[in-house]
Amino acid sequence: MLDHLQKLGATTLQTLERLGRGHLFLFHVLLGMPALLKRLGLVVYQVYSVGVLSLLIIGVAGLFVGMVLALQGYNTLVDFGAEESLGVVVALTLVRELGPVVASLLFAGRAGSALTAEIGLMKATEQLSAMEMMAIDPLHRVVAPRFLAGVIALPLLAALFSAVGVIGGYFVSVGLLGVDEGAFWSQMQAKVDLFEDIANGVIKSLVFGVVVTWIAVFEGYDAIPTSEGVSRATTRTVVHGSLAVLGLDFVLTALMFG
Amino acid sequence: MPSTNETNNADNMPLVQIRGLRYFRGSRPIFDGVDIDIMRGHLTAIMGPSGTGKTTLLRLIGGQLCPHEGSILVDGEDVAKLSSKQLYQLRKRMGMLFQNGALLTDINVFENVAFPLREHTLLPEAMIRHLVLMKLEAVGLRGANQLMPSELSGGMARRVALARAIALDPMMIMYDEPFTGQDPISKGVLVSLLKNLNDALQLTSVLVSHDVREALSIADYAYVISEGKVVEHGSAEAIRNSRSDWVHQFIHGEKDGPVPFHYAANNLFEDLMQG
Ligand SMILES: Nc1ncnc2c1ncn2[C@@H]1O[C@H](COP(=O)(O)OP(=O)(O)OP(=O)(O)O)[C@@H](O)[C@H]1O
Ligand SMILES: [Mg+2]
Repeated sequence: MLDHLQKLGATTLQTLERLGRGHLFLFHVLLGMPALLKRLGLVVYQVYSVGVLSLLIIGVAGLFVGMVLALQGYNTLVDFGAEESLGVVVALTLVRELGPVVASLLFAGRAGSALTAEIGLMKATEQLSAMEMMAIDPLHRVVAPRFLAGVIALPLLAALFSAVGVIGGYFVSVGLLGVDEGAFWSQMQAKVDLFEDIANGVIKSLVFGVVVTWIAVFEGYDAIPTSEGVSRATTRTVVHGSLAVLGLDFVLTALMFG
Repeated sequence: MPSTNETNNADNMPLVQIRGLRYFRGSRPIFDGVDIDIMRGHLTAIMGPSGTGKTTLLRLIGGQLCPHEGSILVDGEDVAKLSSKQLYQLRKRMGMLFQNGALLTDINVFENVAFPLREHTLLPEAMIRHLVLMKLEAVGLRGANQLMPSELSGGMARRVALARAIALDPMMIMYDEPFTGQDPISKGVLVSLLKNLNDALQLTSVLVSHDVREALSIADYAYVISEGKVVEHGSAEAIRNSRSDWVHQFIHGEKDGPVPFHYAANNLFEDLMQG
Protein backbone atom coordinates (compact mmCIF):
# COMPACT_ATOMS: atom_id res chain seq x y z
CA MET A 1 0.00 0.00 0.00
CA LEU A 2 2.71 2.38 1.08
CA ASP A 3 4.65 1.28 -1.96
CA HIS A 4 1.84 2.24 -4.28
CA LEU A 5 1.46 5.56 -2.57
CA GLN A 6 5.14 6.20 -2.98
CA LYS A 7 4.99 5.32 -6.66
CA LEU A 8 1.99 7.56 -7.16
CA GLY A 9 3.84 10.40 -5.49
CA ALA A 10 6.95 9.86 -7.57
CA THR A 11 4.97 9.74 -10.80
CA THR A 12 3.08 12.89 -9.89
CA LEU A 13 6.29 14.71 -9.09
CA GLN A 14 7.88 13.55 -12.32
CA THR A 15 4.87 14.67 -14.32
CA LEU A 16 4.84 18.05 -12.64
CA GLU A 17 8.55 18.47 -13.19
CA ARG A 18 8.18 17.60 -16.85
CA LEU A 19 5.30 20.03 -17.16
CA GLY A 20 7.49 22.72 -15.64
CA ARG A 21 10.33 21.89 -18.01
CA GLY A 22 7.91 22.03 -20.90
CA HIS A 23 6.83 25.56 -19.98
CA LEU A 24 10.36 26.81 -19.48
CA PHE A 25 11.21 25.25 -22.81
CA LEU A 26 8.34 27.09 -24.51
CA PHE A 27 9.39 30.33 -22.87
CA HIS A 28 12.94 29.90 -24.12
CA VAL A 29 11.74 29.08 -27.62
CA LEU A 30 9.52 32.16 -27.67
CA LEU A 31 12.52 34.28 -26.72
CA GLY A 32 14.09 33.12 -29.97
CA MET A 33 11.19 34.40 -32.08
CA PRO A 34 12.35 38.01 -32.63
CA ALA A 35 15.63 36.80 -34.10
CA LEU A 36 13.69 34.66 -36.55
CA LEU A 37 12.21 37.72 -38.20
CA LYS A 38 15.59 38.34 -39.74
CA ARG A 39 15.85 34.76 -40.93
CA LEU A 40 12.49 34.03 -42.46
CA GLY A 41 14.14 31.56 -44.81
CA LEU A 42 14.47 29.08 -41.96
CA VAL A 43 10.77 29.36 -41.20
CA VAL A 44 9.72 29.14 -44.83
CA TYR A 45 11.70 25.96 -45.25
CA GLN A 46 10.02 24.44 -42.21
CA VAL A 47 6.56 25.56 -43.32
CA TYR A 48 7.30 23.67 -46.49
CA SER A 49 8.33 20.52 -44.68
CA VAL A 50 5.57 20.45 -42.05
CA GLY A 51 2.86 22.17 -44.08
CA VAL A 52 3.23 21.69 -47.79
CA LEU A 53 4.18 18.06 -47.43
CA SER A 54 1.00 17.48 -45.38
CA LEU A 55 -1.22 18.93 -48.12
CA LEU A 56 -2.04 15.64 -49.76
CA ILE A 57 -3.23 13.80 -46.68
CA ILE A 58 -5.20 16.83 -45.50
CA GLY A 59 -6.79 17.34 -48.91
CA VAL A 60 -7.81 13.73 -49.38
CA ALA A 61 -9.10 13.41 -45.83
CA GLY A 62 -11.07 16.65 -46.16
CA LEU A 63 -12.69 15.50 -49.39
CA PHE A 64 -13.87 12.22 -47.89
CA VAL A 65 -15.04 13.73 -44.64
CA GLY A 66 -17.07 16.30 -46.58
CA MET A 67 -18.61 13.61 -48.76
CA VAL A 68 -19.53 11.43 -45.80
CA LEU A 69 -21.02 14.41 -43.96
CA ALA A 70 -23.28 15.11 -46.94
CA LEU A 71 -24.46 11.50 -47.13
CA GLN A 72 -25.17 11.27 -43.43
CA GLY A 73 -26.74 14.70 -43.20
CA TYR A 74 -29.02 14.00 -46.15
CA ASN A 75 -30.49 10.89 -44.53
CA THR A 76 -31.50 12.86 -41.46
CA LEU A 77 -32.60 16.07 -43.15
CA VAL A 78 -34.70 14.41 -45.83
CA ASP A 79 -37.09 13.09 -43.17
CA PHE A 80 -37.96 16.69 -42.32
CA GLY A 81 -37.93 17.81 -45.90
CA ALA A 82 -35.03 20.07 -45.10
CA GLU A 83 -32.45 18.68 -47.50
CA GLU A 84 -31.93 22.20 -48.89
CA SER A 85 -30.06 22.94 -45.67
CA LEU A 86 -27.46 20.28 -46.39
CA GLY A 87 -24.95 22.94 -47.40
CA VAL A 88 -25.26 24.67 -44.03
CA VAL A 89 -24.90 21.43 -42.11
CA VAL A 90 -21.80 20.39 -43.99
CA ALA A 91 -20.17 23.80 -43.82
CA LEU A 92 -20.88 24.42 -40.14
CA THR A 93 -19.73 20.99 -39.05
CA LEU A 94 -16.52 21.40 -40.97
CA VAL A 95 -15.72 24.97 -40.07
CA ARG A 96 -16.61 24.77 -36.40
CA GLU A 97 -15.50 21.28 -35.54
CA LEU A 98 -14.13 18.76 -37.95
CA GLY A 99 -11.85 21.05 -39.90
CA PRO A 100 -9.71 22.12 -36.94
CA VAL A 101 -9.98 18.83 -35.04
CA VAL A 102 -9.40 16.28 -37.79
CA ALA A 103 -6.72 18.40 -39.43
CA SER A 104 -4.92 18.64 -36.06
CA LEU A 105 -5.14 14.91 -35.47
CA LEU A 106 -3.72 14.23 -38.91
CA PHE A 107 -1.10 16.91 -38.37
CA ALA A 108 0.00 15.30 -35.10
CA GLY A 109 0.42 11.99 -36.90
CA ARG A 110 1.99 13.30 -40.08
CA ALA A 111 4.09 16.34 -39.11
CA GLY A 112 4.27 16.15 -35.29
CA SER A 113 5.79 12.69 -35.25
CA ALA A 114 8.30 13.74 -37.90
CA LEU A 115 9.31 16.79 -35.87
CA THR A 116 9.81 14.72 -32.73
CA ALA A 117 11.83 12.07 -34.51
CA GLU A 118 13.99 14.65 -36.27
CA ILE A 119 14.82 16.64 -33.17
CA GLY A 120 15.21 13.51 -31.05
CA LEU A 121 17.67 12.02 -33.52
CA MET A 122 19.60 15.27 -33.70
CA LYS A 123 19.93 15.03 -29.95
CA ALA A 124 20.91 11.36 -30.01
CA THR A 125 23.64 12.01 -32.59
CA GLU A 126 24.98 14.97 -30.56
CA GLN A 127 24.12 17.48 -33.28
CA LEU A 128 22.39 19.65 -30.71
CA SER A 129 25.38 19.42 -28.38
CA ALA A 130 27.69 20.34 -31.22
CA MET A 131 25.58 23.40 -31.98
CA GLU A 132 25.74 24.46 -28.35
CA MET A 133 29.50 24.20 -28.47
CA MET A 134 29.50 26.31 -31.62
CA ALA A 135 27.70 28.96 -29.56
CA ILE A 136 24.46 28.43 -31.43
CA ASP A 137 21.43 27.89 -29.25
CA PRO A 138 19.58 24.89 -30.70
CA LEU A 139 16.37 26.14 -29.11
CA HIS A 140 16.59 29.22 -31.28
CA ARG A 141 18.16 27.73 -34.37
CA VAL A 142 16.43 24.35 -34.56
CA VAL A 143 13.32 24.41 -32.40
CA ALA A 144 11.99 27.96 -32.83
CA PRO A 145 11.60 27.86 -36.64
CA ARG A 146 9.91 24.47 -36.47
CA PHE A 147 7.55 25.65 -33.76
CA LEU A 148 6.60 28.79 -35.65
CA ALA A 149 6.15 26.80 -38.85
CA GLY A 150 3.73 24.43 -37.12
CA VAL A 151 1.74 27.31 -35.68
CA ILE A 152 1.50 28.92 -39.12
CA ALA A 153 0.80 25.74 -41.03
CA LEU A 154 -1.95 24.16 -38.99
CA PRO A 155 -4.60 26.92 -39.32
CA LEU A 156 -3.96 26.99 -43.06
CA LEU A 157 -4.25 23.23 -43.29
CA ALA A 158 -7.45 23.28 -41.24
CA ALA A 159 -8.92 25.96 -43.53
CA LEU A 160 -7.96 23.89 -46.53
CA PHE A 161 -9.50 20.82 -44.95
CA SER A 162 -12.80 22.66 -44.50
CA ALA A 163 -12.74 24.13 -47.99
CA VAL A 164 -12.07 20.81 -49.67
CA GLY A 165 -14.66 19.21 -47.40
CA VAL A 166 -17.31 21.67 -48.55
CA ILE A 167 -16.47 20.86 -52.15
CA GLY A 168 -16.73 17.15 -51.40
CA GLY A 169 -20.08 17.79 -49.75
CA TYR A 170 -21.19 19.76 -52.78
CA PHE A 171 -20.40 16.93 -55.19
CA VAL A 172 -22.32 14.41 -53.14
CA SER A 173 -25.28 16.70 -52.37
CA VAL A 174 -25.79 18.26 -55.76
CA GLY A 175 -24.29 15.64 -58.03
CA LEU A 176 -25.35 12.45 -56.30
CA LEU A 177 -28.35 13.26 -54.13
CA GLY A 178 -29.95 15.88 -56.32
CA VAL A 179 -30.10 18.74 -53.82
CA ASP A 180 -30.83 22.09 -55.46
CA GLU A 181 -27.54 23.81 -56.24
CA GLY A 182 -28.79 27.34 -55.60
CA ALA A 183 -30.27 26.43 -52.25
CA PHE A 184 -27.12 24.57 -51.24
CA TRP A 185 -24.91 27.61 -51.68
CA SER A 186 -27.29 30.40 -50.75
CA GLN A 187 -28.30 28.83 -47.44
CA MET A 188 -24.67 28.26 -46.64
CA GLN A 189 -23.92 31.86 -47.46
CA ALA A 190 -26.77 33.10 -45.29
CA LYS A 191 -26.16 30.93 -42.25
CA VAL A 192 -22.40 30.66 -41.87
CA ASP A 193 -21.23 33.66 -39.91
CA LEU A 194 -17.81 35.14 -40.41
CA PHE A 195 -17.16 35.81 -36.73
CA GLU A 196 -19.35 33.33 -34.94
CA ASP A 197 -18.28 30.36 -37.03
CA ILE A 198 -15.24 30.97 -39.15
CA ALA A 199 -13.24 33.08 -36.72
CA ASN A 200 -13.92 30.65 -33.90
CA GLY A 201 -12.79 27.78 -36.10
CA VAL A 202 -9.60 29.65 -36.91
CA ILE A 203 -8.97 30.34 -33.22
CA LYS A 204 -9.42 26.66 -32.47
CA SER A 205 -6.97 25.61 -35.15
CA LEU A 206 -4.48 28.20 -33.96
CA VAL A 207 -4.66 26.88 -30.40
CA PHE A 208 -4.31 23.30 -31.63
CA GLY A 209 -1.38 24.35 -33.77
CA VAL A 210 0.43 25.80 -30.76
CA VAL A 211 -0.30 22.80 -28.55
CA VAL A 212 0.46 20.03 -31.04
CA THR A 213 3.67 21.62 -32.28
CA TRP A 214 4.76 22.45 -28.75
CA ILE A 215 4.26 18.85 -27.68
CA ALA A 216 6.07 17.60 -30.77
CA VAL A 217 9.17 19.75 -30.43
CA PHE A 218 9.35 19.34 -26.66
CA GLU A 219 9.08 15.56 -26.86
CA GLY A 220 11.89 15.53 -29.39
CA TYR A 221 14.10 17.85 -27.37
CA ASP A 222 13.39 16.03 -24.12
CA ALA A 223 13.73 12.53 -25.59
CA ILE A 224 16.16 10.06 -24.06
CA PRO A 225 18.96 10.12 -26.64
CA THR A 226 18.70 6.50 -27.78
CA SER A 227 16.75 4.75 -30.53
CA GLU A 228 14.23 3.51 -28.03
CA GLY A 229 13.92 6.89 -26.35
CA VAL A 230 13.24 8.60 -29.67
CA SER A 231 10.70 6.01 -30.73
CA ARG A 232 8.85 6.39 -27.44
CA ALA A 233 8.91 10.15 -27.71
CA THR A 234 7.42 9.90 -31.19
CA THR A 235 4.60 7.73 -29.94
CA ARG A 236 3.99 10.13 -27.06
CA THR A 237 3.73 13.04 -29.45
CA VAL A 238 0.95 11.37 -31.40
CA VAL A 239 -0.93 10.14 -28.32
CA HIS A 240 -0.58 13.24 -26.15
CA GLY A 241 -1.01 15.56 -29.09
CA SER A 242 -4.26 13.89 -30.17
CA LEU A 243 -5.66 13.73 -26.65
CA ALA A 244 -4.76 17.36 -26.03
CA VAL A 245 -6.58 18.37 -29.20
CA LEU A 246 -9.73 16.47 -28.27
CA GLY A 247 -9.72 17.72 -24.68
CA LEU A 248 -9.09 21.32 -25.65
CA ASP A 249 -11.73 21.09 -28.34
CA PHE A 250 -14.33 20.37 -25.70
CA VAL A 251 -13.21 23.29 -23.57
CA LEU A 252 -13.05 25.70 -26.49
CA THR A 253 -16.40 24.60 -27.87
CA ALA A 254 -17.99 25.07 -24.46
CA LEU A 255 -16.53 28.57 -24.25
CA MET A 256 -17.40 29.61 -27.79
CA PHE A 257 -20.73 28.01 -28.54
CA GLY A 258 -21.90 26.78 -25.14
CA MET B 1 42.40 34.52 -6.41
CA PRO B 2 43.52 37.14 -8.95
CA SER B 3 40.91 39.51 -10.36
CA THR B 4 39.73 39.00 -13.94
CA ASN B 5 41.65 41.99 -15.08
CA GLU B 6 44.98 40.68 -13.99
CA THR B 7 44.29 37.27 -15.45
CA ASN B 8 43.58 38.64 -18.87
CA ASN B 9 46.78 40.59 -18.90
CA ALA B 10 49.01 37.88 -17.61
CA ASP B 11 50.00 35.77 -20.56
CA ASN B 12 51.67 33.23 -18.40
CA MET B 13 48.41 32.45 -16.61
CA PRO B 14 46.88 29.21 -17.80
CA LEU B 15 44.02 29.60 -20.27
CA VAL B 16 42.11 26.88 -18.49
CA GLN B 17 42.58 26.43 -14.80
CA ILE B 18 40.79 23.59 -13.09
CA ARG B 19 40.90 23.40 -9.31
CA GLY B 20 39.53 20.75 -7.00
CA LEU B 21 37.11 19.48 -9.61
CA ARG B 22 34.60 16.91 -8.43
CA TYR B 23 31.93 15.53 -10.68
CA PHE B 24 29.54 12.64 -10.13
CA ARG B 25 27.35 10.50 -12.34
CA GLY B 26 24.75 9.32 -9.88
CA SER B 27 26.83 8.40 -6.87
CA ARG B 28 29.83 7.34 -8.96
CA PRO B 29 32.60 9.92 -8.87
CA ILE B 30 33.99 10.61 -12.34
CA PHE B 31 36.34 13.31 -11.06
CA ASP B 32 37.42 13.36 -7.46
CA GLY B 33 39.60 16.36 -6.82
CA VAL B 34 41.33 17.11 -10.11
CA ASP B 35 43.65 20.06 -10.78
CA ILE B 36 44.58 20.76 -14.39
CA ASP B 37 46.26 23.75 -16.01
CA ILE B 38 46.16 24.27 -19.74
CA MET B 39 48.71 26.85 -20.74
CA ARG B 40 48.17 29.37 -23.49
CA GLY B 41 49.64 28.40 -26.81
CA HIS B 42 50.47 24.93 -25.63
CA LEU B 43 49.21 21.64 -26.92
CA THR B 44 48.10 19.72 -23.86
CA ALA B 45 47.29 16.04 -24.12
CA ILE B 46 44.80 14.37 -21.81
CA MET B 47 45.15 10.63 -21.73
CA GLY B 48 43.55 7.89 -19.77
CA PRO B 49 41.76 4.59 -20.08
CA SER B 50 38.40 4.38 -21.83
CA GLY B 51 35.54 5.48 -19.60
CA THR B 52 37.60 7.61 -17.21
CA GLY B 53 35.81 10.78 -18.15
CA LYS B 54 37.91 12.49 -20.81
CA THR B 55 34.89 13.44 -22.87
CA THR B 56 33.18 14.51 -19.66
CA LEU B 57 36.14 16.76 -18.91
CA LEU B 58 35.84 18.50 -22.27
CA ARG B 59 32.12 19.00 -21.72
CA LEU B 60 32.85 20.50 -18.31
CA ILE B 61 35.34 22.92 -19.84
CA GLY B 62 32.82 23.82 -22.54
CA GLY B 63 30.19 24.53 -19.89
CA GLN B 64 27.80 21.82 -21.06
CA LEU B 65 28.06 20.15 -17.67
CA CYS B 66 28.46 21.81 -14.29
CA PRO B 67 30.99 20.64 -11.73
CA HIS B 68 29.59 19.56 -8.38
CA GLU B 69 32.56 21.03 -6.62
CA GLY B 70 35.61 23.02 -7.55
CA SER B 71 36.06 25.59 -10.27
CA ILE B 72 36.89 25.71 -13.94
CA LEU B 73 38.29 29.02 -15.12
CA VAL B 74 38.56 29.59 -18.84
CA ASP B 75 40.37 32.78 -19.75
CA GLY B 76 39.76 33.97 -16.22
CA GLU B 77 36.01 33.32 -16.25
CA ASP B 78 34.33 30.70 -14.10
CA VAL B 79 32.45 28.66 -16.66
CA ALA B 80 29.80 27.43 -14.24
CA LYS B 81 28.94 30.95 -13.07
CA LEU B 82 28.50 32.56 -16.48
CA SER B 83 25.08 33.60 -17.75
CA SER B 84 24.07 31.75 -20.86
CA LYS B 85 24.82 34.81 -22.96
CA GLN B 86 28.35 35.09 -21.58
CA LEU B 87 28.80 31.36 -22.00
CA TYR B 88 27.86 31.60 -25.66
CA GLN B 89 30.30 34.48 -26.10
CA LEU B 90 33.02 32.34 -24.58
CA ARG B 91 32.15 29.35 -26.73
CA LYS B 92 32.59 31.39 -29.89
CA ARG B 93 36.25 31.38 -28.97
CA MET B 94 36.37 27.64 -28.36
CA GLY B 95 36.26 24.94 -30.98
CA MET B 96 35.38 21.40 -30.18
CA LEU B 97 35.78 18.28 -32.20
CA PHE B 98 33.27 15.67 -31.03
CA GLN B 99 34.27 12.08 -30.66
CA ASN B 100 31.79 10.97 -33.34
CA GLY B 101 32.00 14.11 -35.46
CA ALA B 102 28.41 15.20 -34.78
CA LEU B 103 27.97 16.67 -38.26
CA LEU B 104 24.58 18.10 -39.13
CA THR B 105 23.10 15.32 -41.20
CA ASP B 106 20.65 17.33 -43.30
CA ILE B 107 23.24 19.54 -45.00
CA ASN B 108 26.29 18.63 -47.05
CA VAL B 109 29.96 18.80 -46.09
CA PHE B 110 30.44 22.31 -47.46
CA GLU B 111 27.45 23.67 -45.57
CA ASN B 112 28.54 21.92 -42.39
CA VAL B 113 31.85 23.74 -42.41
CA ALA B 114 30.15 26.97 -43.47
CA PHE B 115 27.57 26.64 -40.69
CA PRO B 116 29.40 28.49 -37.89
CA LEU B 117 30.55 31.16 -40.36
CA ARG B 118 27.02 31.77 -41.58
CA GLU B 119 25.66 31.83 -38.05
CA HIS B 120 28.21 34.13 -36.49
CA THR B 121 29.53 36.34 -39.26
CA LEU B 122 28.13 38.45 -42.05
CA LEU B 123 30.84 37.50 -44.51
CA PRO B 124 29.95 37.62 -48.20
CA GLU B 125 29.32 34.31 -49.93
CA ALA B 126 32.57 34.41 -51.91
CA MET B 127 34.56 34.82 -48.71
CA ILE B 128 32.73 31.99 -47.01
CA ARG B 129 33.37 29.74 -49.97
CA HIS B 130 37.04 30.63 -49.87
CA LEU B 131 37.36 29.97 -46.14
CA VAL B 132 35.45 26.72 -46.25
CA LEU B 133 37.46 25.31 -49.12
CA MET B 134 40.70 26.30 -47.35
CA LYS B 135 39.67 24.50 -44.18
CA LEU B 136 38.58 21.44 -46.13
CA GLU B 137 41.83 21.49 -48.06
CA ALA B 138 43.70 21.41 -44.76
CA VAL B 139 42.00 18.16 -43.80
CA GLY B 140 42.32 16.76 -47.29
CA LEU B 141 38.62 16.70 -48.13
CA ARG B 142 38.12 19.63 -50.48
CA GLY B 143 37.04 17.19 -53.17
CA ALA B 144 34.32 15.81 -50.91
CA ASN B 145 32.66 19.15 -50.27
CA GLN B 146 29.40 18.24 -52.00
CA LEU B 147 28.90 14.90 -50.25
CA MET B 148 26.28 14.43 -47.57
CA PRO B 149 27.46 13.31 -44.11
CA SER B 150 25.78 9.92 -44.64
CA GLU B 151 28.12 9.35 -47.59
CA LEU B 152 31.28 9.78 -45.51
CA SER B 153 33.25 7.17 -43.65
CA GLY B 154 33.73 7.60 -39.91
CA GLY B 155 37.26 8.92 -40.30
CA MET B 156 36.24 11.35 -43.06
CA ALA B 157 33.35 12.63 -40.96
CA ARG B 158 35.72 13.35 -38.11
CA ARG B 159 38.04 15.28 -40.42
CA VAL B 160 35.11 17.35 -41.69
CA ALA B 161 34.18 18.02 -38.08
CA LEU B 162 37.74 19.17 -37.52
CA ALA B 163 37.46 21.59 -40.42
CA ARG B 164 34.23 22.89 -38.90
CA ALA B 165 35.81 23.27 -35.47
CA ILE B 166 38.56 25.50 -36.85
CA ALA B 167 36.26 27.46 -39.16
CA LEU B 168 35.97 30.42 -36.80
CA ASP B 169 39.67 30.44 -35.89
CA PRO B 170 39.03 29.93 -32.17
CA MET B 171 41.52 30.76 -29.42
CA MET B 172 41.25 27.26 -28.05
CA ILE B 173 40.29 24.00 -29.60
CA MET B 174 39.46 20.71 -27.95
CA TYR B 175 39.91 17.51 -29.87
CA ASP B 176 38.11 14.43 -28.65
CA GLU B 177 39.90 11.42 -30.12
CA PRO B 178 40.78 12.93 -33.51
CA PHE B 179 42.91 9.95 -34.56
CA THR B 180 40.50 7.08 -34.10
CA GLY B 181 39.35 5.60 -37.36
CA GLN B 182 42.18 7.17 -39.38
CA ASP B 183 44.54 5.15 -41.54
CA PRO B 184 48.27 5.61 -40.81
CA ILE B 185 48.68 8.21 -43.54
CA SER B 186 45.79 10.44 -42.53
CA LYS B 187 46.79 9.95 -38.93
CA GLY B 188 50.25 11.26 -39.72
CA VAL B 189 48.78 14.20 -41.63
CA LEU B 190 46.39 14.98 -38.80
CA VAL B 191 49.14 14.84 -36.22
CA SER B 192 51.16 17.43 -38.07
CA LEU B 193 48.03 19.45 -38.83
CA LEU B 194 47.20 19.72 -35.13
CA LYS B 195 50.74 20.70 -34.38
CA ASN B 196 50.80 23.28 -37.17
CA LEU B 197 47.47 24.75 -36.18
CA ASN B 198 48.70 25.08 -32.66
CA ASP B 199 51.98 26.71 -33.59
CA ALA B 200 51.02 28.81 -36.59
CA LEU B 201 47.79 30.24 -35.21
CA GLN B 202 48.98 30.34 -31.62
CA LEU B 203 46.01 28.28 -30.64
CA THR B 204 45.70 26.55 -27.35
CA SER B 205 44.92 22.92 -27.98
CA VAL B 206 43.54 20.22 -25.75
CA LEU B 207 44.01 16.80 -27.22
CA VAL B 208 42.18 13.82 -25.82
CA SER B 209 43.54 10.66 -27.27
CA HIS B 210 44.23 6.99 -26.75
CA ASP B 211 46.98 7.08 -29.30
CA VAL B 212 49.68 7.62 -26.74
CA ARG B 213 52.57 7.67 -29.17
CA GLU B 214 51.01 10.22 -31.54
CA ALA B 215 49.70 12.36 -28.70
CA LEU B 216 53.01 12.47 -26.88
CA SER B 217 54.90 13.18 -30.09
CA ILE B 218 53.26 16.60 -30.41
CA ALA B 219 52.15 17.44 -26.88
CA ASP B 220 53.93 20.15 -24.92
CA TYR B 221 52.44 18.86 -21.74
CA ALA B 222 50.38 15.83 -20.83
CA TYR B 223 48.03 14.69 -18.12
CA VAL B 224 47.19 11.07 -17.46
CA ILE B 225 43.92 10.65 -15.60
CA SER B 226 42.40 7.56 -14.14
CA GLU B 227 39.66 6.78 -11.65
CA GLY B 228 38.90 10.39 -11.02
CA LYS B 229 42.44 11.51 -10.31
CA VAL B 230 45.39 12.87 -12.20
CA VAL B 231 47.91 10.05 -11.93
CA GLU B 232 50.75 11.76 -13.75
CA HIS B 233 51.48 15.00 -15.49
CA GLY B 234 54.48 16.59 -17.06
CA SER B 235 56.18 17.09 -20.38
CA ALA B 236 55.96 14.30 -22.94
CA GLU B 237 59.47 13.26 -21.98
CA ALA B 238 58.61 13.11 -18.30
CA ILE B 239 55.56 10.98 -18.98
CA ARG B 240 57.53 8.55 -21.12
CA ASN B 241 60.08 8.18 -18.38
CA SER B 242 57.55 8.08 -15.57
CA ARG B 243 58.53 5.79 -12.76
CA SER B 244 54.92 4.97 -11.95
CA ASP B 245 54.06 1.36 -12.86
CA TRP B 246 50.63 2.47 -13.76
CA VAL B 247 51.74 5.07 -16.27
CA HIS B 248 54.37 2.76 -17.66
CA GLN B 249 51.79 0.08 -18.33
CA PHE B 250 49.39 2.56 -19.88
CA ILE B 251 51.95 4.18 -22.17
CA HIS B 252 53.33 0.90 -23.39
CA GLY B 253 49.98 -0.85 -23.60
CA GLU B 254 51.05 -3.82 -21.57
CA LYS B 255 48.50 -6.40 -20.61
CA ASP B 256 49.63 -7.06 -17.07
CA GLY B 257 50.06 -4.41 -14.46
CA PRO B 258 48.07 -2.23 -12.11
CA VAL B 259 45.66 -0.83 -14.71
CA PRO B 260 42.33 -2.67 -14.72
CA PHE B 261 40.85 -3.36 -18.14
CA HIS B 262 37.43 -4.10 -16.65
CA TYR B 263 34.75 -1.72 -15.44
CA ALA B 264 34.43 -2.23 -11.67
CA ALA B 265 32.47 -5.46 -11.17
CA ASN B 266 31.80 -8.35 -8.84
CA ASN B 267 33.76 -11.52 -9.00
CA LEU B 268 33.18 -13.09 -12.44
CA PHE B 269 32.53 -16.51 -10.97
CA GLU B 270 29.86 -15.20 -8.60
CA ASP B 271 28.18 -13.27 -11.43
CA LEU B 272 28.07 -16.33 -13.66
CA MET B 273 26.70 -18.51 -10.88
CA GLN B 274 23.91 -16.07 -10.10
CA GLY B 275 22.28 -16.53 -13.52
N1 LIG C 1 24.92 10.44 -19.77
C1 LIG C 1 25.57 9.68 -18.88
N2 LIG C 1 24.90 9.17 -17.82
C2 LIG C 1 25.54 8.42 -16.90
N3 LIG C 1 26.83 8.11 -16.95
C3 LIG C 1 27.55 8.57 -17.98
C4 LIG C 1 26.96 9.37 -18.99
N4 LIG C 1 27.91 9.69 -19.88
C5 LIG C 1 29.04 9.11 -19.45
N5 LIG C 1 28.83 8.44 -18.30
C6 LIG C 1 29.84 7.73 -17.52
O1 LIG C 1 30.90 8.61 -17.31
C7 LIG C 1 32.12 7.93 -17.51
C8 LIG C 1 33.03 8.79 -18.33
O2 LIG C 1 32.52 8.90 -19.63
P1 LIG C 1 33.33 9.59 -20.78
O3 LIG C 1 32.49 9.55 -22.01
O4 LIG C 1 33.77 10.93 -20.31
O5 LIG C 1 34.59 8.64 -20.93
P2 LIG C 1 35.85 8.79 -21.87
O6 LIG C 1 37.03 8.95 -20.99
O7 LIG C 1 35.61 9.85 -22.88
O8 LIG C 1 35.91 7.38 -22.55
P3 LIG C 1 36.35 7.02 -24.06
O9 LIG C 1 37.81 7.12 -24.10
O10 LIG C 1 35.88 5.62 -24.23
O11 LIG C 1 35.66 7.98 -24.96
C9 LIG C 1 31.82 6.60 -18.16
O12 LIG C 1 32.29 5.59 -17.32
C10 LIG C 1 30.34 6.52 -18.28
O13 LIG C 1 29.89 5.34 -17.64
MG1 LIG D 1 35.27 9.92 -24.85
